[in-house]
Amino acid sequence: MAKKFLYINRKAPYGTIYALESLEVVLIGAAFEQDVSLAFIDDGVYQLTAGQDTAGAGMKNFSRTYKALGDFEINKLYVERESLEERGLTLDDLQQITWEDENEDYAEKPSIHLVGRAEMASLIASQDVVLSF
Amino acid sequence: MSTLHTVNKSPFERNALCTCFGHITAGDAVLMIEDGVIGARKGATTAAMVQAALQKGKVYALSSDLAARGIKPADVIDGIQLVDYGGFVDLVTQHGRTVSWL
Repeated sequence: MAKKFLYINRKAPYGTIYALESLEVVLIGAAFEQDVSLAFIDDGVYQLTAGQDTAGAGMKNFSRTYKALGDFEINKLYVERESLEERGLTLDDLQQITWEDENEDYAEKPSIHLVGRAEMASLIASQDVVLSF
Repeated sequence: MSTLHTVNKSPFERNALCTCFGHITAGDAVLMIEDGVIGARKGATTAAMVQAALQKGKVYALSSDLAARGIKPADVIDGIQLVDYGGFVDLVTQHGRTVSWL
Protein backbone atom coordinates (compact mmCIF):
# COMPACT_ATOMS: atom_id res chain seq x y z
CA MET A 1 0.00 0.00 0.00
CA ALA A 2 1.25 3.45 -0.87
CA LYS A 3 2.39 5.58 2.05
CA LYS A 4 2.08 9.32 2.36
CA PHE A 5 5.54 10.87 2.00
CA LEU A 6 6.15 14.56 2.68
CA TYR A 7 9.42 16.21 1.69
CA ILE A 8 10.01 19.43 3.62
CA ASN A 9 12.26 21.95 1.86
CA ARG A 10 13.57 24.83 3.97
CA LYS A 11 16.75 25.93 2.19
CA ALA A 12 17.32 28.24 -0.77
CA PRO A 13 18.83 26.60 -3.87
CA TYR A 14 22.57 26.85 -4.79
CA GLY A 15 23.84 28.04 -1.37
CA THR A 16 23.83 24.45 -0.13
CA ILE A 17 23.28 21.07 -1.79
CA TYR A 18 19.99 20.41 0.11
CA ALA A 19 17.55 21.53 -2.61
CA LEU A 20 19.17 19.47 -5.36
CA GLU A 21 19.50 16.42 -3.11
CA SER A 22 15.83 16.75 -2.16
CA LEU A 23 14.78 16.71 -5.82
CA GLU A 24 16.79 13.54 -6.42
CA VAL A 25 15.25 11.76 -3.45
CA VAL A 26 11.76 12.96 -4.45
CA LEU A 27 12.17 11.42 -7.90
CA ILE A 28 13.38 8.14 -6.37
CA GLY A 29 10.31 8.11 -4.10
CA ALA A 30 8.05 8.67 -7.10
CA ALA A 31 9.56 5.61 -8.80
CA PHE A 32 8.21 3.53 -5.91
CA GLU A 33 4.69 4.86 -6.54
CA GLN A 34 4.23 6.47 -3.14
CA ASP A 35 1.81 9.31 -2.35
CA VAL A 36 4.30 12.18 -2.55
CA SER A 37 3.84 15.78 -1.39
CA LEU A 38 6.42 18.57 -1.26
CA ALA A 39 6.40 21.40 1.27
CA PHE A 40 8.28 24.68 0.79
CA ILE A 41 8.87 26.59 4.03
CA ASP A 42 11.25 29.43 5.03
CA ASP A 43 14.00 30.02 2.40
CA GLY A 44 12.80 26.83 0.67
CA VAL A 45 10.26 28.96 -1.21
CA TYR A 46 13.20 30.35 -3.22
CA GLN A 47 13.59 26.94 -4.87
CA LEU A 48 10.50 27.73 -6.96
CA THR A 49 11.23 31.30 -8.06
CA ALA A 50 10.82 32.07 -11.76
CA GLY A 51 13.68 33.35 -13.87
CA GLN A 52 16.61 31.71 -12.11
CA ASP A 53 19.83 32.34 -14.08
CA THR A 54 22.87 30.51 -12.73
CA ALA A 55 25.22 31.22 -15.64
CA GLY A 56 27.15 33.86 -13.73
CA ALA A 57 27.35 31.71 -10.62
CA GLY A 58 28.71 28.82 -12.66
CA MET A 59 26.23 26.32 -11.28
CA LYS A 60 23.76 23.95 -12.89
CA ASN A 61 20.28 25.49 -13.04
CA PHE A 62 17.94 22.76 -11.84
CA SER A 63 14.84 24.94 -11.48
CA ARG A 64 13.28 23.49 -14.65
CA THR A 65 13.17 20.08 -12.96
CA TYR A 66 10.27 21.28 -10.79
CA LYS A 67 8.21 21.77 -13.94
CA ALA A 68 8.82 18.13 -14.88
CA LEU A 69 7.54 16.73 -11.58
CA GLY A 70 4.00 16.50 -12.96
CA ASP A 71 5.20 13.87 -15.46
CA PHE A 72 6.14 11.72 -12.45
CA GLU A 73 2.71 12.16 -10.89
CA ILE A 74 4.09 14.57 -8.30
CA ASN A 75 1.52 17.35 -8.31
CA LYS A 76 1.16 18.42 -4.69
CA LEU A 77 3.58 21.28 -4.04
CA TYR A 78 2.56 23.16 -0.90
CA VAL A 79 4.06 26.64 -0.51
CA GLU A 80 3.69 28.40 2.83
CA ARG A 81 2.08 31.83 2.54
CA GLU A 82 3.85 33.30 5.60
CA SER A 83 7.26 32.23 4.28
CA LEU A 84 6.58 34.02 0.97
CA GLU A 85 5.29 37.16 2.69
CA GLU A 86 8.25 37.37 5.11
CA ARG A 87 10.55 37.45 2.09
CA GLY A 88 8.55 40.00 0.09
CA LEU A 89 7.44 37.36 -2.41
CA THR A 90 4.06 36.42 -3.88
CA LEU A 91 2.86 33.51 -6.00
CA ASP A 92 3.59 35.68 -9.06
CA ASP A 93 7.31 35.42 -8.28
CA LEU A 94 7.19 31.64 -8.61
CA GLN A 95 7.29 29.42 -11.68
CA GLN A 96 3.97 28.18 -13.00
CA ILE A 97 4.00 24.46 -12.42
CA THR A 98 1.18 22.34 -13.79
CA TRP A 99 0.23 18.71 -14.28
CA GLU A 100 -2.08 16.99 -16.76
CA ASP A 101 -5.10 15.23 -15.28
CA GLU A 102 -5.64 12.15 -17.45
CA ASN A 103 -9.06 11.64 -15.87
CA GLU A 104 -10.21 15.01 -17.22
CA ASP A 105 -8.97 14.82 -20.83
CA TYR A 106 -5.46 15.87 -19.77
CA ALA A 107 -6.62 19.21 -18.43
CA GLU A 108 -3.71 21.29 -17.13
CA LYS A 109 -4.01 21.95 -13.41
CA PRO A 110 -1.76 23.93 -11.07
CA SER A 111 0.59 21.87 -8.89
CA ILE A 112 1.42 24.70 -6.48
CA HIS A 113 -0.95 25.16 -3.55
CA LEU A 114 -0.61 28.17 -1.28
CA VAL A 115 -1.25 27.20 2.36
CA GLY A 116 -1.09 29.02 5.69
CA ARG A 117 1.19 27.90 8.53
CA ALA A 118 -1.62 26.19 10.45
CA GLU A 119 -2.66 24.29 7.34
CA MET A 120 0.97 23.27 6.81
CA ALA A 121 1.06 21.93 10.39
CA SER A 122 -2.03 19.81 9.65
CA LEU A 123 -0.42 18.56 6.44
CA ILE A 124 2.65 17.40 8.41
CA ALA A 125 0.41 15.71 10.98
CA SER A 126 -1.34 13.70 8.23
CA GLN A 127 1.80 12.02 6.82
CA ASP A 128 3.24 8.55 7.27
CA VAL A 129 6.83 9.62 6.58
CA VAL A 130 8.40 13.08 6.64
CA LEU A 131 11.84 13.73 5.14
CA SER A 132 13.60 17.06 5.75
CA PHE A 133 15.96 18.97 3.50
CA MET B 1 -1.15 10.01 16.12
CA SER B 2 1.02 12.88 17.26
CA THR B 3 4.40 13.92 15.90
CA LEU B 4 7.89 14.01 17.40
CA HIS B 5 9.88 17.00 16.17
CA THR B 6 13.66 17.06 16.58
CA VAL B 7 15.69 20.28 16.38
CA ASN B 8 19.48 20.15 16.10
CA LYS B 9 20.36 23.79 15.46
CA SER B 10 20.92 26.61 17.94
CA PRO B 11 18.09 29.18 17.82
CA PHE B 12 20.79 31.86 17.70
CA GLU B 13 22.22 30.51 14.45
CA ARG B 14 19.17 29.20 12.59
CA ASN B 15 15.39 29.60 12.64
CA ALA B 16 14.78 25.83 12.87
CA LEU B 17 13.41 25.95 16.44
CA CYS B 18 11.16 28.93 15.69
CA THR B 19 9.81 27.32 12.51
CA CYS B 20 9.33 24.01 14.32
CA PHE B 21 7.26 25.69 17.04
CA GLY B 22 5.17 27.29 14.29
CA HIS B 23 4.26 23.87 12.91
CA ILE B 24 3.35 21.79 15.95
CA THR B 25 -0.14 20.51 16.55
CA ALA B 26 -1.81 19.54 19.83
CA GLY B 27 -0.10 16.63 21.57
CA ASP B 28 3.17 16.93 19.65
CA ALA B 29 6.58 16.68 21.30
CA VAL B 30 9.72 18.67 20.52
CA LEU B 31 13.13 17.18 21.33
CA MET B 32 16.21 19.42 21.35
CA ILE B 33 19.38 17.59 20.32
CA GLU B 34 22.96 18.57 19.43
CA ASP B 35 23.22 22.41 19.21
CA GLY B 36 19.44 22.51 19.57
CA VAL B 37 19.88 22.24 23.35
CA ILE B 38 21.20 25.81 23.40
CA GLY B 39 17.54 26.77 23.18
CA ALA B 40 16.88 24.99 26.50
CA ARG B 41 18.96 27.46 28.55
CA LYS B 42 17.20 29.65 31.10
CA GLY B 43 17.70 33.38 30.60
CA ALA B 44 18.34 33.14 26.86
CA THR B 45 16.44 35.67 24.75
CA THR B 46 14.78 32.71 23.03
CA ALA B 47 13.34 31.34 26.29
CA ALA B 48 9.98 33.11 25.91
CA MET B 49 9.41 31.30 22.63
CA VAL B 50 10.16 27.97 24.36
CA GLN B 51 7.85 28.78 27.26
CA ALA B 52 5.05 29.55 24.80
CA ALA B 53 5.63 26.18 23.13
CA LEU B 54 5.46 24.44 26.52
CA GLN B 55 1.86 25.65 26.73
CA LYS B 56 1.06 23.81 23.48
CA GLY B 57 2.99 20.56 23.92
CA LYS B 58 5.89 18.79 25.55
CA VAL B 59 9.50 19.88 25.12
CA TYR B 60 12.44 17.57 25.80
CA ALA B 61 16.22 18.00 25.67
CA LEU B 62 18.88 15.32 25.30
CA SER B 63 20.84 15.32 28.58
CA SER B 64 24.17 14.23 27.06
CA ASP B 65 24.10 17.14 24.60
CA LEU B 66 23.31 19.56 27.45
CA ALA B 67 26.17 18.12 29.53
CA ALA B 68 28.58 18.33 26.58
CA ARG B 69 27.89 22.06 26.40
CA GLY B 70 28.14 22.67 30.14
CA ILE B 71 24.43 23.34 30.56
CA LYS B 72 23.44 21.95 33.97
CA PRO B 73 19.95 20.52 34.62
CA ALA B 74 19.27 23.47 36.95
CA ASP B 75 20.00 25.85 34.04
CA VAL B 76 17.27 24.33 31.90
CA ILE B 77 13.96 26.17 31.39
CA ASP B 78 11.31 24.84 33.81
CA GLY B 79 9.01 22.41 32.09
CA ILE B 80 11.59 20.98 29.67
CA GLN B 81 12.07 17.29 30.40
CA LEU B 82 15.51 15.73 30.09
CA VAL B 83 15.92 12.40 28.31
CA ASP B 84 18.86 10.06 27.64
CA TYR B 85 19.35 8.10 24.41
CA GLY B 86 16.92 5.42 25.61
CA GLY B 87 14.35 8.14 26.22
CA PHE B 88 14.99 9.44 22.71
CA VAL B 89 14.14 5.99 21.32
CA ASP B 90 11.02 5.81 23.50
CA LEU B 91 9.84 9.17 22.10
CA VAL B 92 10.33 7.95 18.54
CA THR B 93 8.25 4.82 19.22
CA GLN B 94 5.51 6.76 21.03
CA HIS B 95 4.80 9.07 18.07
CA GLY B 96 3.34 8.42 14.64
CA ARG B 97 6.14 10.14 12.75
CA THR B 98 9.35 12.03 13.36
CA VAL B 99 10.12 15.37 11.70
CA SER B 100 13.71 16.67 11.72
CA TRP B 101 14.08 20.44 11.63
CA LEU B 102 17.57 20.92 10.22
